[in-house]
Amino acid sequence: MLYSMDDMFNILPTVIVVAWATALILVEAFLPKKYKFITIWLTVLGLVVALVAAINQHGIEAEAFNGMLVVDGFSSFLNILILGSGILAVALAVGYNKRFGFDRGEYYIMMMFSIAGTMLMSSAADLIVIFLALELMSIPLYIMAAFYRGNVNSEEAGMKYFLLGAFAGGFILYGIGFVYGATGATGLSQVVTAINGGVDSPTFLLVGAALILIGLGFKVAAVPFHMWTPDVYEGSPTPATAYMAVGAKVGGFAALIRIFVVAFPTLSTDLVPILWGLVALTLVVGNLVAIAQKNIKRMLAYSSISHAGFILMAFLPYGDAAVFKSSVAAALFYLLAFAITSFGSWGVVIALEKSEGKGLLLEDYAGLGRKYPALGVAMLIFMLSFTGIPPTIGFAGKFLLFKAVMEGGYYGLAILGVLTSLFSAYYYLRLVIIMFMKSGEPNIVSDRWVTLVTASSAVATVVLFMVSTPLFAWAEQAVLKLF
Amino acid sequence: MLLSEATTTGFDLFSLVPWIVFIPVIGLLVNLIFGRKWNERIIGIVASSAVALTFVVSVLQLIALQGNHHEAHVVPFVDWLSIGQFHLPWEFRVDTLSVTMMLVVSGVGTLIHIYATGYMWFDVRYKEDLKSYRRFFIYMNLFIAMMMILVSGNSYLMLFVGWEGVGLCSFLLIGFWFDRNPDTTFGDKNAFAGKKAFVANRVGDFGFLMAMFLTFWNFKTLSFTELFPDAVAHYSGDPALIWWITGFMLLGVAGKSAQIPLFVWLPDAMAGPTPVSALIHAATMVTAGVYLVTRSAPIFNAVEGVHIMVATVGAATALFAATIAVGQHDIKKVLAYSTVSQLGFMVAAVGMGAYVAGMFHLVTHAFFKALLFLGAGSVILAVERGHHPLIGGHEDEHEPHDDEDHHELFDPQDMRNMGGLRKRIPWTYWTYMMGTFALMGLPIFAGFWSKDEILLDAKLEYPVIYWVLVVAAFLTAFYMGRQVWLVFFGKPRHHASEVAKESPWSMLVPLLVLAFLSVFGGFMNWPFEGGHQFGHWLGYTIEKATGHALHVPAFDWGVAIPATLLALLAIGISWLIYGRNPLKTGQQDPLEKALGPIFKGMHNKWYVDEIYDFLILRPYQKLAKFFAETLDWNIWHDWFHEKGIRDNFQKFTRFLADPIDLGVIDRIANGLASTVKNSGEILSRLQTGFIRNYALSVFFGVVVILGYLIFR
Repeated sequence: MLYSMDDMFNILPTVIVVAWATALILVEAFLPKKYKFITIWLTVLGLVVALVAAINQHGIEAEAFNGMLVVDGFSSFLNILILGSGILAVALAVGYNKRFGFDRGEYYIMMMFSIAGTMLMSSAADLIVIFLALELMSIPLYIMAAFYRGNVNSEEAGMKYFLLGAFAGGFILYGIGFVYGATGATGLSQVVTAINGGVDSPTFLLVGAALILIGLGFKVAAVPFHMWTPDVYEGSPTPATAYMAVGAKVGGFAALIRIFVVAFPTLSTDLVPILWGLVALTLVVGNLVAIAQKNIKRMLAYSSISHAGFILMAFLPYGDAAVFKSSVAAALFYLLAFAITSFGSWGVVIALEKSEGKGLLLEDYAGLGRKYPALGVAMLIFMLSFTGIPPTIGFAGKFLLFKAVMEGGYYGLAILGVLTSLFSAYYYLRLVIIMFMKSGEPNIVSDRWVTLVTASSAVATVVLFMVSTPLFAWAEQAVLKLF
Repeated sequence: MLLSEATTTGFDLFSLVPWIVFIPVIGLLVNLIFGRKWNERIIGIVASSAVALTFVVSVLQLIALQGNHHEAHVVPFVDWLSIGQFHLPWEFRVDTLSVTMMLVVSGVGTLIHIYATGYMWFDVRYKEDLKSYRRFFIYMNLFIAMMMILVSGNSYLMLFVGWEGVGLCSFLLIGFWFDRNPDTTFGDKNAFAGKKAFVANRVGDFGFLMAMFLTFWNFKTLSFTELFPDAVAHYSGDPALIWWITGFMLLGVAGKSAQIPLFVWLPDAMAGPTPVSALIHAATMVTAGVYLVTRSAPIFNAVEGVHIMVATVGAATALFAATIAVGQHDIKKVLAYSTVSQLGFMVAAVGMGAYVAGMFHLVTHAFFKALLFLGAGSVILAVERGHHPLIGGHEDEHEPHDDEDHHELFDPQDMRNMGGLRKRIPWTYWTYMMGTFALMGLPIFAGFWSKDEILLDAKLEYPVIYWVLVVAAFLTAFYMGRQVWLVFFGKPRHHASEVAKESPWSMLVPLLVLAFLSVFGGFMNWPFEGGHQFGHWLGYTIEKATGHALHVPAFDWGVAIPATLLALLAIGISWLIYGRNPLKTGQQDPLEKALGPIFKGMHNKWYVDEIYDFLILRPYQKLAKFFAETLDWNIWHDWFHEKGIRDNFQKFTRFLADPIDLGVIDRIANGLASTVKNSGEILSRLQTGFIRNYALSVFFGVVVILGYLIFR
């Protein structure tokens, strides 16, 4: 096995993030307390540099490290998405962490490692690498969840996330073991070669694939592997929640799509009923339980579960060569739409959150639309986008998604999707009603970076809807070479 | 010509055309973003020069068009919408018709902007609302931009965008003093006037929209270029379709150009500042309907009989509004009804197919009616400055005037409060006379030539309409005579008129320029040998669109002489009534005494508002109340939604959340708890009691999935 500088160069954005984060640990350690804020700027700088490298890499197709990593449109799309998300997540965290007294540079460094893990997941083409990348992505998330040290909820969230994450990780590893047992390979292309050549024990292979699906289903919070989500989202510091809501989903779906589309297309007929059940459960439970929530973080957690269901729905016809391109592209597009809307709405939550978990109940939002019209309208836009009402990018996402699913012939699922998004209107718009029609005196904590994130997300939610055609074309480009 | 040569040598003047929209937009953005701290002079200069630059660009388009042998030129700008096979580009159309409109809008617009810098300076002080100065000019620039979109678009859709845009600006500017005059039952009079204009226009817009839908439905395009070269052939095949399209379009015209039955909004629109009345409600926006008909000439020409429908509406409006104008006391109301009446002339002209005459009258009317409104504004301001000596005396201070002295109800727009003003404000007086003569249609003045051409066309083709218009023209001369005698002659009937002050130069210069145009503007279409330049100029566009040569009737003394004599007769009668024995303070209008109930009818606008109120508004309000209270609230909300959907839905949700999610799933998890007791060792230390359940939920999923795969 020979590695060359070319390998490093091919995964340059990831290398930048990892090297930068490693160097930043040292820098952070030697910075005097007064200058700790430099860490934040350096983090952003590192992410921007990596983002530039990622954009620069757009359109390149290459392999690295003997095919264990691939660079293609898919990885480039997700790299850009996760690096952009990282920058937004930093902006959300700066003021919040200071406000609640855990303003330490490790937070940002951990986030960078997690981003590196996510990026690796999007390019990993070997089951072992995928597992490593998954852990690289997850472990910093556990730490970030527990970062508010001394706060029982935060510590509990971190612990829960860690334990359940380890549990799920076990399933993935077990699944990899089964696949290796059945095919004798861990590289995705070798696996698919072996499957095409005929395997001795198809059940072993199937069980392995199912276990991997379960483990990744946990990461993206699909029902019934979702139970950690509300507790962890509620207990974690809100900026960490905002990041993990997007980051873990991006990573989980990246691996899911890559593994199943590349290695297991032949298994799709066997797996479709399972996926069908997962999607239906996720949509129904996510959307219905969200209605009963009184805490906005829990509500957004269930909302995030339901959106995982939607993305999973687009993933469902992955084995159908006729529609897989547009359906997987719809999944990627939906991921993008969800990321933008999600960051904006978490920004609003951060603006209203007070110490000791105050300001997080839905009723605390009463009167927001009157007292802070701009913030109210921004939240309105996010809620519309989550519900899937034009003119928002969320509508474009749902539209493309349902279109792809219908093309795949899954009418029942499409109807269920439309029905459950109708249910979701109930709790999203209830928040709007509380904001604009109930009287109250909410106070916001003014934080210019959060304001910037919220405002730009709101604008992007609407503006990107206008250019959804080229965006979708980009997403289609990203899945073009996946097979 | 150097510039026109440049068009052939590479630099394309046509490519500048988008700037006619974007220069005013830049102007308004500059004022919007930076203007908060600026003083009024800078704001005024920014806004005025934006419009002046637009005028320059319009002139460049004129030059470009000359260099292009008057051929229409389409400048693609952006692809606005693109859905599958369906494309809606935003294209600019430069042809003789659109350039005419551009020149009028930006030219008259520039003068009115300059005038407004002076007028509003005083006005914001009288209204004690200094901040509104910037708002005013932002709206005005926005209006110019919208009007330019209207006249320069190459499709009905862009025309409609501008159409709605100017409607919005009109609404904003009519209700400019939305918080003043709270003296009607509807709440705020000015805001109500704006609302009324908007609603009446919505009715018209509905017509326009329907016409657009029908056009698109049948011809799959809204673009002028695609529609018109061979439209006639298409259209003639289906007369019923043409009737529908033109009928709906006429409704749109009636809304925007204040024709029967939708004219009621325009007189109320005088609630806005006077420069607004001059620019939007006299010179430009209200003529959009005339432009629309001219632009759609091929459609209106396609079927016999459509012409008479449009011409009848126009002529009826011309006469009807003229009678109302006779009975008004408010100086601006007279001009408002006069505008409605003159728009009737234009609509009648384009309705008859006399597009050149209609457009010609549109242009001259823009000159002299803008002049008259601005002159009226100058009169009102003069009287108001007489009434508020504090501000009138020290122009550079703006201390609020002492309200104690002015509790008496005083209307500076009421002509019965004026009189003898020609000595106090000679510049205003002389320019006003030029506009009056032009409107009366006295020979040499601009209005004479254009009105004469309309009458001539009417006489040749539609004798009934000719006679209606002649009577309207007679009344026009009469009410203008009445106005002039009341305002400028006799003795002042109020203290304010005695000490009225002449307006500043910023207002008088536009008046002088417009007066010049009102006198000489008619020569652009000299009706004798070697003349008809304007007709030929427009002909390049209209003939190309309709595919027919324009019929240009020769000048007819038999029309011009009787019309002139009638106008002189009207002036004579008005002198007998108002000039010989000037009105005294508090005296009743002699005409009111003589005509009795007829005058009352004219004064009260023939009770059209009241009739509409009775026939449409009240039944509509009752219906709305029924829908709101009975249908929506009692049945839909209380019964269906609250009881039917919400309660059951909540029950269902609680059922899923409590017994299903917590109850069933958790209980199953609890039941299986013992199987993972070892791992539970660590977990139990957290003492939440939940985490093992979570793990079990995962486990449960695993069991089901693997079970399914293995044992299916």
